[in-house]
Amino acid sequence: MNDFKGQTLSWQKVNGAIELALHRDPCNEIGTRTLEELEKFVAALPGLSNEAHALIIHSTLKAGFSAGADLRELFQRGRAMEKGAALRGVREFLERIHAVMNALDAAPLTTIAAVHGVTFGGGFELALVCDIMIADRMARFCFPELRLGLIPGFGGIPRLKRDVGNAVVRDLLLTGRSFNVMKAQQIGLVSQIAAEGEALRVARATASQVGKFDRRTTAAAKEFVKPIPHEELKREIDIFCDLYSRPAVEEGLRKFVENEGVQPYLP
Amino acid sequence: MSAPTTDHTLDEVLNLAASHFKVPREKLTPDDDFFKTLGIDSLQALDLLTRLEHHFRIELPDYELQGVSDFRTLANRIQARL
Repeated sequence: MNDFKGQTLSWQKVNGAIELALHRDPCNEIGTRTLEELEKFVAALPGLSNEAHALIIHSTLKAGFSAGADLRELFQRGRAMEKGAALRGVREFLERIHAVMNALDAAPLTTIAAVHGVTFGGGFELALVCDIMIADRMARFCFPELRLGLIPGFGGIPRLKRDVGNAVVRDLLLTGRSFNVMKAQQIGLVSQIAAEGEALRVARATASQVGKFDRRTTAAAKEFVKPIPHEELKREIDIFCDLYSRPAVEEGLRKFVENEGVQPYLP
Repeated sequence: MSAPTTDHTLDEVLNLAASHFKVPREKLTPDDDFFKTLGIDSLQALDLLTRLEHHFRIELPDYELQGVSDFRTLANRIQARL
């Protein structure tokens, strides 16, 4: 399937690169529908990879790359089901999204996240699976999960640990603060900064460059420098599920979902 | 080079907010609630924070803005990082 247009994302091939565009209002919150379409993409990826040298993941929405997991869906799931069933549902969701993230992480082509604006939580985790992160000057990153009594659940901590020093991981995780693109480049997450509105163009130029090299060599180099921390990723799911079952999480989610103030994205 | 004065910082914050959100500068005063005066939500507030960080070349953690909604206090938080 060379082209696809779904409810939450679309993909197409442009000049030898696959462009996966996120477009679920208001800011690409990742819930069940997005997961299903990501699974569809991952299923199509082996075929797409034969005829492409790079994958660019970007957002078409002004607000940003992605605000992360769909917390409303998570909250409603918790309320609609008996606790044991809700927890089983959360674990199943996490295992499925981890399978997607792992497949993207290991994709045999060069993957580029072209991010702008809000790149929070699960959105940040999606960017972290990519080989190269290119960020618009106005991009902002955050792992806000501790505010809800949770940890990042889509593979964020193991992948952040893979890329940056543990002291930085602790600062970002334990404070839940957001940080700008200069900080992201300083700590080694972002490799290129683009002017406002130019991240996709810069990503396309980068995709064009990586397409000049032998695919097998690129795949071998990638496998060598970018190991997937499978054991830590599994442990992350266990810790997340353990935390999710506490009453404090339901309360944190309820506060976020019912917040009608102007500051839900501020701590 | 010495740090700019608090008044100077406040003036720059007001100028930047007026320019980016296309509000006449004379309509903004230091004690205005910027959420109301600029008509912005939290995502736009983060955008403003990022622009201020770039402008002043500082890092201002968003938890320092908890409960802050007026330009004067915002400028004071920035001043403490210069």
